[in-house]
Amino acid sequence: MEWLMWFTKFENTKPVSLVIFFGLFCGVLVYLYGSKQRGQQLESFKNIPLQDDDI
Amino acid sequence: MTTASIKNTEQYNYDVIRKFAIMTLVWGVVGMLAGVYIASELAFPVLNFDNPYITFGRLRPVHTGTVIFGFGGSALFATSYYIVQRTCQARLFSNGLASFTFWGWQAIIVLAALGNVMGYSQGREYAEMEWPIDLLIEVVWIAYLVLFVATLMKRKQPHIYVANWFYLAFILATALLHTFNNLAVPVSLFSMKSYSLFSGAQDAMTQWWYGHNAVGFFLTAAFLGMMYYFVPKQAGRPIYSYRLSVLHFWALVFLYMWAGAHHLHWTAIPDWTSTLAATFSIMLLLPSWGGMVNGILTLSGAWDKMRTDPIIRFLIVSLSFYGMSTFEGPIMSLKDVNALSHYTDWTIGHVHSGALGWVAMVTFGSFYHMVPKLWNTQMYSNRLINIHFWLATIGILLYITAMWISGIMAGLMWRAFDDFGNLQYAFIEAVAAAHNLYVMRAVGGLFFLSGIVLMSYNMYKTIKSGTTEQA
Repeated sequence: MEWLMWFTKFENTKPVSLVIFFGLFCGVLVYLYGSKQRGQQLESFKNIPLQDDDI
Repeated sequence: MTTASIKNTEQYNYDVIRKFAIMTLVWGVVGMLAGVYIASELAFPVLNFDNPYITFGRLRPVHTGTVIFGFGGSALFATSYYIVQRTCQARLFSNGLASFTFWGWQAIIVLAALGNVMGYSQGREYAEMEWPIDLLIEVVWIAYLVLFVATLMKRKQPHIYVANWFYLAFILATALLHTFNNLAVPVSLFSMKSYSLFSGAQDAMTQWWYGHNAVGFFLTAAFLGMMYYFVPKQAGRPIYSYRLSVLHFWALVFLYMWAGAHHLHWTAIPDWTSTLAATFSIMLLLPSWGGMVNGILTLSGAWDKMRTDPIIRFLIVSLSFYGMSTFEGPIMSLKDVNALSHYTDWTIGHVHSGALGWVAMVTFGSFYHMVPKLWNTQMYSNRLINIHFWLATIGILLYITAMWISGIMAGLMWRAFDDFGNLQYAFIEAVAAAHNLYVMRAVGGLFFLSGIVLMSYNMYKTIKSGTTEQA
């Protein structure tokens, strides 16, 4: 369990959390803008509020 | 295909939405009346009448509680139930739970206001309610969460529209914030008094983790949900970029949680927490402005609606105030700026440019769109909507301008030294110098209050001419 002590030091956890959160942010960006096909599908959802009157 | 091709024959539960909509206006008028009265007390202290029940100290939480939770909260219940049903093509999961959230929430607002007037307060900003009311909030809020999630789960539309993401984040975050901020030990079972589980700087940080995220999730994320539905609906065109709205959502909910400690600059908290909070506050500018741009550009190619449609004017001006106050906030979170602005009226002006300019204006615009649909009719008078818009806008401008001048003046007077190194001004001199500005602020509030009274009349006539029978 000694290895857990590594996480108690800010000089370790700060860069690790930076890498995790920055990686997640890049992941969201790639998901949103990385594929033209997926992009078109995502953009099609913006019509949902305009179609609810027809239902 | 963007929506499921399923013919929906079931009726939506509009009854609970109508009730919340009416109470939104009632609490709006009550809360803003309390606001104008306490603003007048600051300008003319004689209005305290030596009566403890109406002193600034007791009426101030009545004002914040009724406008944030009564007006804002009821508006969020109403619009979230409206949006989740229509975008999911599903009726609310349970009529009983919906009704329980309505009566429970109204009871909370009444009890909180009465408690404050009677002198009961646990002394936590925007969370003055004592522990028995906190427990009631917990129960009602969990019912709200269950109802919202269960409705999402029975949706017929495969995709969950982004407005619902913002509402769900607001419900989840508020549950967390309320629970941890109110961890306290009652003095006894039959005593309203309790003591916080935290103490000292930790207590302050817990309080402002709650306080700032009440702004971030209750007054921002949830109202963004409102914006992402009602701006496209009223404009008759889809949101500018759906992908930007997704990016807006994730960036906003991640960054807000870290910013609370900027309320405690130059106090006993560790310096790094202060710096961290300021850093995240600056980063918050990006998603905030991304969302604002996304909302405003929805009107691309239809800018003439700003001239012709007063409801669109409400919505777009609310987004402009959103942009302005989310620019001002990060600037004020910088330690050097905060050294001047903290404890002054600048903070009050900032809060109200967000609360009146963004929260109230987007609510007004959304309600002018939604209420006629709930009662199957048209708004009674477009002219009154237009007059309301100008009353509200002029009121906000008077309010925030007075507070900017008063705040910066007080900040400068407090830090002025004479040639001998003594403080140049006594505290009371800064108070006296602000008198005219306090009058100006009260007049601004009166403008805004007149606007919502006019809106209530317009809504009353609209509702009276409508019907609740669905075609």
